[in-house]
Amino acid sequence: MKSTKFSPMTNEQIDRKWWEIGDFFRRNSLWMLMYCTGCCAIELPPAMTSAYDMERLGMGPMATPRQADVLLVTGYLSLKTLRRLIYSYEQMSEPKYIVGFGSCTINGGIYHDSHAVINQLDQYIPVDVYVAGCMPNTEAVMNGFIDLMELIKSKKADGWKRYEKNNAWYKKNQLDALGSVEVKDEFHQ
Amino acid sequence: MISILNVLLGLGVALFGFVLQTSVGGINRKVVARLQKRRGPKWYQEFLDIFKLLSKRAISHGWVFDFGVIMALGGIIATAMFMPVTNNIIAFEGYDNFFIFVYLIAVGMLGMAMSASGSGNPLASIGVMRALTTMLAYEIPFMLIVLTIIKLSGTSSVSGIAAFQQMSNHNWFAIALPLGFIVSVLSLMGMLGKKPFETYIAPAEIASGPMVEYGGKQLGMLFIMHEITIFIEVSLFVHLFLGGAENIAIFLVKYFLVYTVVNLISNVNGRFKIDQVVTFFYKWPLFLAVVQVIIAVYLGWVIL
Repeated sequence: MKSTKFSPMTNEQIDRKWWEIGDFFRRNSLWMLMYCTGCCAIELPPAMTSAYDMERLGMGPMATPRQADVLLVTGYLSLKTLRRLIYSYEQMSEPKYIVGFGSCTINGGIYHDSHAVINQLDQYIPVDVYVAGCMPNTEAVMNGFIDLMELIKSKKADGWKRYEKNNAWYKKNQLDALGSVEVKDEFHQ
Repeated sequence: MISILNVLLGLGVALFGFVLQTSVGGINRKVVARLQKRRGPKWYQEFLDIFKLLSKRAISHGWVFDFGVIMALGGIIATAMFMPVTNNIIAFEGYDNFFIFVYLIAVGMLGMAMSASGSGNPLASIGVMRALTTMLAYEIPFMLIVLTIIKLSGTSSVSGIAAFQQMSNHNWFAIALPLGFIVSVLSLMGMLGKKPFETYIAPAEIASGPMVEYGGKQLGMLFIMHEITIFIEVSLFVHLFLGGAENIAIFLVKYFLVYTVVNLISNVNGRFKIDQVVTFFYKWPLFLAVVQVIIAVYLGWVIL
């Protein structure tokens, strides 16, 4: 017979319980920061409006990186925009997730031989979910968001932890591609 | 005599306001979604949003930034404690004067302004400046109408005004002062930051204004503060113009109707620029308010 004696939980168990409760809220209320420089951004309006209605999953657009949970990288990234993307990503509050859209973020896509465009986004910032296709269907985009929710549920969406752990490696890759990560323009002097 | 029970009841009113407005806000997101041929989120989505924000890690921009958020939340909870819900549910009997709300609500607003300025972001400063300018614009016509109501009913107590309208030979002030009612609906939309007067939030223009640097726990606390602020403003409107509430069911119905109608009007409108907001409020609502004061106070033509 199973003992009914009260056994106190260890601190790790309590932390894990709280984390699971937090994950329930986090996966049901994903706020997006849309980094729309690539052509895949055209798939977001039908996903947000009445055709597919992203809001029923609790997702919504947010204005600034500080408020957002998910960073959507929609398509190719030139070296100049990569600097801004890294800045935006580092400003987001943890836990934070990244969804990469289209083949450009996976292996460069049709821009794979361009001198101004990075090929693999995963070398510079940690990506949790890829949505493949050139460009992906809106159904595929919605499916990607559902995948992200399931990854959060099974604790596999840990890109932000990987970024903390392998920070030296990511920083080295960023510096190799960009020279220096600081943004130098009239807004950041 | 004020005892600990009054304080507990006041905190209960604030908690009730938070739960009520968060649920009504969630239902209204569904209503708006149906307006746009969508299905909309779950009705408890706003609770999920707030608890998610509270579960995230937050960064600080200095102690003014953190302290301002706490001051905003505390000030608004203190304001909500004085709010009469129905004729019988009043935490501090005799202290529900209209001017108490006017003064106490400023504590929360100033806390938020201080905190937003403490973040050092120029967009936050622009947002705070616009919020204060909008406040300056809608308060003059609104105060004219409220002073007329105080003159007519002979009391400035919010529950007293509600009791005055519930007398058998008296109409609601929405009917007694029709021009004033139009002005007050417009002012309420300005207070709630609804669409034509949403200038100080303007997500696409100044990146959500005062909230631009908030994330995680601070943003969650600001969301709670925002919900309680809406509760205070809408229930003030219900008590001043719609005859208050004899019991809790009538209050819930009136509250839901006022918020939903304002939200529906808001969602078929675009956004004004800040100079258009000020020009608008100083043109028609102020004119109508002055006409209403002359008609009601000097000529005595009130539909009672």
